[in-house]
Amino acid sequence: GVLERSREQLLRQTCEAVVLGVLHPRTAVTLVLQVLSDAGSLLSCCLNAACMALLDAGLPLAALFCGVTCALQPDGTILLDPTARQEQEARAVLTFAIGSSERKVLMATTKGSCSVEEMQQCLAAAQHAADAVFQFYRDSVRRRYSKS
Amino acid sequence: GLLVTKCGLLRHRPAGGGAFWVDSQQKRYVPVKGDHVIGIVTAKAGDVFRLDVGGSEPASLSYLAFEGATKRNRPNVQVGDLIYGQFLVANKDMEPEMVCIDGSGRSNGMGIIGQDGFLFKVSLGLIRKLLAPKCEIIQELSQLYPFELVLGMNGRIWVKAKTVQQTLIIVNILEACEYMTAEQRKQALAKLSGT
Repeated sequence: GVLERSREQLLRQTCEAVVLGVLHPRTAVTLVLQVLSDAGSLLSCCLNAACMALLDAGLPLAALFCGVTCALQPDGTILLDPTARQEQEARAVLTFAIGSSERKVLMATTKGSCSVEEMQQCLAAAQHAADAVFQFYRDSVRRRYSKS
Repeated sequence: GLLVTKCGLLRHRPAGGGAFWVDSQQKRYVPVKGDHVIGIVTAKAGDVFRLDVGGSEPASLSYLAFEGATKRNRPNVQVGDLIYGQFLVANKDMEPEMVCIDGSGRSNGMGIIGQDGFLFKVSLGLIRKLLAPKCEIIQELSQLYPFELVLGMNGRIWVKAKTVQQTLIIVNILEACEYMTAEQRKQALAKLSGT
């Protein structure tokens, strides 16, 4: 459907920004994501899974990226990693793809309406939360390489 | 500045000027000049064979690139044969080219791999571990049964032992070596040589 297509395009743009395609000319990179269960924050979950898959495959990357979803509730509070229910009740749901070098924003998408200040606040919260996700990547990779 | 593009362990070799490199694991092979690989012949196009080496493009191998091959004396290569050779040309811009002779014209162990045996794929990291000098896995396995082994840097291993059962046992041990620790491997081999 259209929603899946839009998610595919957002993922593709994020991946194209970090994958060093120059090293592999005339080559197609296919990324397949299978949703096993959806409990909310699906797009940022897909972004995180995509980054880990690219890491695991050994594709040369210019930076890592992670996805963080923020839900802006009607009273103005910011919720990170909302559940499906919280997403429905929120005034706006924002998803950011944050890069690992200087926490730059690679992709931002919004559903609903919010003011510019609110978006800046959500972005700051997402950049802060990205640290936890990158630490998780590091721990997972460390565990994998500790076996060999 | 310097940018690291793959995840892995940072290694250092102090000898000969010192070198730092990132030891990363992956299953997909990218052709590199000078690598010895096992290729599968997929097509014969005139004077050139097309080989599948596990990269993004098939490699080409000229029929003259075998030891003692001339225009009259062609090597007997059929589609589906296994070839052990090295890359003469391998970069991202051109189709990779393989040869089965070294710089002085000798085959040096390269060429068509014989009949029977079993070809299977492992990760590139395991191949590098097996190719290290005095690899424990190979020494322990050689005390189990005698066998022939060809290791391709593209992740392909060809094994041949006296019987099919022995061949399959060696294949299973090599595949499991990726995830077993040294003690688990010694236990598995002890069980096999005991029974």
